[in-house]
Amino acid sequence: MSNTSIKITSEKLNLDKCYEFVTDDSCGGIVAFVGTVRNSTQKKEVIQLEFSTYQTMAIKEMQYIAEVALKKFSIKKIAIHHAEGMLQIGDIPVIIVVSAPHRKAAFEACEFAIDTLKETVPIWKKEHFSDGEVWVNAHP
Amino acid sequence: MNLKVLLFGISKELIGATSIVFSVSSNTTILEFKTQLKKQYPQVTEINSYAIAVNESYASNETVLKENDIIAIIPPVSGG
Repeated sequence: MSNTSIKITSEKLNLDKCYEFVTDDSCGGIVAFVGTVRNSTQKKEVIQLEFSTYQTMAIKEMQYIAEVALKKFSIKKIAIHHAEGMLQIGDIPVIIVVSAPHRKAAFEACEFAIDTLKETVPIWKKEHFSDGEVWVNAHP
Repeated sequence: MNLKVLLFGISKELIGATSIVFSVSSNTTILEFKTQLKKQYPQVTEINSYAIAVNESYASNETVLKENDIIAIIPPVSGG
């Protein structure tokens, strides 16, 4: 049975499903990171966020992160789900849930997974403002 | 040889297509490909920096391109 659940979807992400996936009798704790769309960036009001992905490669990179996390930390299971398409303020672009026998490993693995995802997974975010739009990190 | 180049995020908008066919000679490295891309599409220099993926994996400048490789231009990622 697989210890990883990796998904990119244009549907609403489901925290319960991630939670159920990682649940395991050998575990003493579950850590979840839920990313949410913030209403401002650098004092500018954001109206909505658009996520586009290189889906096949993004899935591979997310799977790789999950496998590295399983090797590097004493965790049992990990779910990494990411949304694509147009998201509104308060919507959830990413969920990472990790289960482990002891909490420290779960916290560390969860932080490692979201930090690495933000550096390596080919997903791009476009911020839409009332007076324009911009691809995040794209310009000097 | 003609290689398919996939475009994402800002590179898709700058070049105005989701993919292009790019002609390179055999044994072209990624570094050489980047130079040729810049010549043909000077607008790519508007991006902060970008990585290149070959067949869905990140490639280094020394990687040599082969027939049927699928290249992707990966602008700075911003997921999460």
